[in-house]
Amino acid sequence: MNTIGKYLLGVAALILMTNCGNNNSNSNSGAMSSSKAEKVYVAPGEHDEYYAFFSGGYSGNITVAGLPSGRMLKEIPVFSQFPTSGYGYSEETKPMLNTSFGFVPWGDAHHPDISQTNGELDGRWIFINENNTPRIARISLETFETEEIIELPNSAGNHASSFVTENTEYIVAGTRFAVPNPQRDMPISEMKGQFKGPLSFVSIADNGRMNLEFQLNMPGFNYDLAHPGRNKSHGWFFFTSYNTEEANTLMEVNASQNDKDYIAAVNWKKVVEYVKNGGGKKVAGTYAHNVYDEKTHTATSTMKEGVISINPVEVEGAVFYIPIPKSPHGCDVDPSGEYIIGSGKLSTDLSVYSFEKVLKAIENKDFVADAYGIPVLSYENTIAGVVKQPGLGPLHTEFDGKGNAYTTFFISSEVVKWKLGTWEILDRQPTFYSVGHLMIPGGNSRKPFGKYMVAMNKITKDRYLPTGPELEHSAQLYDISGDKMELLSDFPTHGEPHYAAGIRADLIKEKSKKYYELSENEHPYAAKSESEATVTRNGKEVHISMTMIRSHFSPDNIEGVKVGDKVYLHMTNLEQDFDVPHGFSIIGANTSEILVMPGQTKTIIWEPKREGVWPFYCTDFCSALHQEMQGYIRVSAANSNTPIKYTLDDE
Amino acid sequence: MKTTLKLFAILFAIILIGCGGKEEKKKEGFSYEKKASTEQTKTTESAVPASKQVDLSNKGIGPIKSLTLDAVDQEMAAHGADVFKKMCTACHRPDKKFIGPSPKDILNRRAPEWVMNMILNPDEMVQKDPLAKALLIEFNGSPMANQNLSEEDARAVLEYFRTL
Repeated sequence: MNTIGKYLLGVAALILMTNCGNNNSNSNSGAMSSSKAEKVYVAPGEHDEYYAFFSGGYSGNITVAGLPSGRMLKEIPVFSQFPTSGYGYSEETKPMLNTSFGFVPWGDAHHPDISQTNGELDGRWIFINENNTPRIARISLETFETEEIIELPNSAGNHASSFVTENTEYIVAGTRFAVPNPQRDMPISEMKGQFKGPLSFVSIADNGRMNLEFQLNMPGFNYDLAHPGRNKSHGWFFFTSYNTEEANTLMEVNASQNDKDYIAAVNWKKVVEYVKNGGGKKVAGTYAHNVYDEKTHTATSTMKEGVISINPVEVEGAVFYIPIPKSPHGCDVDPSGEYIIGSGKLSTDLSVYSFEKVLKAIENKDFVADAYGIPVLSYENTIAGVVKQPGLGPLHTEFDGKGNAYTTFFISSEVVKWKLGTWEILDRQPTFYSVGHLMIPGGNSRKPFGKYMVAMNKITKDRYLPTGPELEHSAQLYDISGDKMELLSDFPTHGEPHYAAGIRADLIKEKSKKYYELSENEHPYAAKSESEATVTRNGKEVHISMTMIRSHFSPDNIEGVKVGDKVYLHMTNLEQDFDVPHGFSIIGANTSEILVMPGQTKTIIWEPKREGVWPFYCTDFCSALHQEMQGYIRVSAANSNTPIKYTLDDE
Repeated sequence: MKTTLKLFAILFAIILIGCGGKEEKKKEGFSYEKKASTEQTKTTESAVPASKQVDLSNKGIGPIKSLTLDAVDQEMAAHGADVFKKMCTACHRPDKKFIGPSPKDILNRRAPEWVMNMILNPDEMVQKDPLAKALLIEFNGSPMANQNLSEEDARAVLEYFRTL
């Protein structure tokens, strides 16, 4: 046999091996590879089984992916301006980013959570918190648009958020950076005993509207993460805290001194009752409440004043501390509501508390100390069990609904599966690399879907083609339907996906909105047909109500605009069909384009600086004649007498 | 060389046998839309533009299978005029060619079912109906937009067309 022959033989053998592998093997090589591919393959034109909503972290937004494919479906702008759609640039959406500090174009999004009914995901809304300028947003899962943002006053570092109680009664916000409350000018070094860590409770109405009900003015520890009790522990909320040392500098050392920090257990039903009976006192606190109206397609921002503040010591039997080893991070409650898992991130063990034991300890007044008047329960009498040496750097735990828990370990870079009740370790799988949160669709509800688990990693390194120093974070999808976790695929995620929420697609997709009804458009400057298109001057303000349809604007020739005018371009998309947005931009506008959905009206401002004839056009390829979808505005000198005139095809 | 090729062929056959059957599975999926778009070879080779051609037997493709017209219902026509103004005038003027053709005297050229189907099911019509396809070309590829009219509103628009 000659060389070519050998070569061909080799190639053929290689094909044979890679194609078919060990069909009879039960190890995870060969055959498993092809079946893994089938498990994540979603054929062209077919849909994914799950929606996954990934926090964008410092992008301020949410990205939506399909599972199991990992394909990115959409980016939903929430706390950050988004020129792709004009969110935060258009006149209608700028108020969404208003705060008590003024317009803030960016946010740090962390933990998305889907609304629940009876402890099960109901797919109405998804909430997400903002850490830097404390806020919570509510996003409609019909339109995938941000509908509401509420700011949290007197707080800083809203990290322990936005977790939803099991009938979407309340959503919480925490304070990760203890601050003076009220804010005042004082020496930083005197923080001990002076700073506070308010926990905010926001109620959710049937129509989704959020209202800041009260703030528990807790001692100045750093409240880091939270989860509501569910099922038997419904009515309680659990918050981890670190820096019980109340250090104010070199925190990585000074906040890691105490052997134990605390989980704060809050009986929120009791506090609600207390407030209902006139408890608490109204204190100062300015915050913006921004609401988007789907009919006017416009957001309004209302500045609110004052919040009910509650001294936790004054509400009998409502607030307790449970000791937990070494700077805890995640605080997760199992589907039955009995087990509360605290991850001491510097501890080598995982502490699991029993809700029943917590209740009993409270009943027996089995307190070992108090912290600023808040009773501290005994560790020994509340602990249900310890998962011994599962890994290094435990962070977060989710559940599969079959009695198993899955915990991420940042330092040892792995996910560990263990059994609730026996605390035995069942399986461990490496992640690539340094996993933060994990997500099982429905994994923090009464009814997890229990089929897939996604690990969200902080470090990417060599997982993808290099793209310069900055890489998108890597996520890994695991099949958790069997005894052992099986790594199926890698996919990149945008920004920093601290956490994600997943839901079976059929719970959302049927009700997903396809377009807005023109007849329901109540925007004051909407032109709902071409006959309603107008140009009106009011001093130096010019309002142009223009329509868009494939493939022309009406009017498309406008005269009488002058240098120094402030021109409001109110664009209405007349289409009434799925997936036919039109875009709009004009040369010299100091803002982004706007993307207008069918039936919607959006506005940008243009302040022409030079005389001339200036073109505008559609930015979204809409039809075969998209390139022709354009028009002109004539701009005359400031002192000219050019009359207002607007036409389409000389009509 | 010959032996090598033979060897290669044998190996290849083994691969095929070893792995056969696997490909079959994923075939179904969407088919009918794709298939339909392949039968688009026929074009109307007439010197008369599609907008002027008369075809009263073609009912078009869509939800309306048959429709009998009585005397003009003025109330319905008035409602139709209103719907037409709101939803259609961006591209159609009652009395002249605009982006699309004028609906004046449309029922002298088309069956009422065809008109309704063109309003209610334009995407499929311009793909499959020979006249609708020819119209799309005649009008520079401007799509007939689906304005998602209800059947009732589309019927009213048709009644309005009878008054033009």
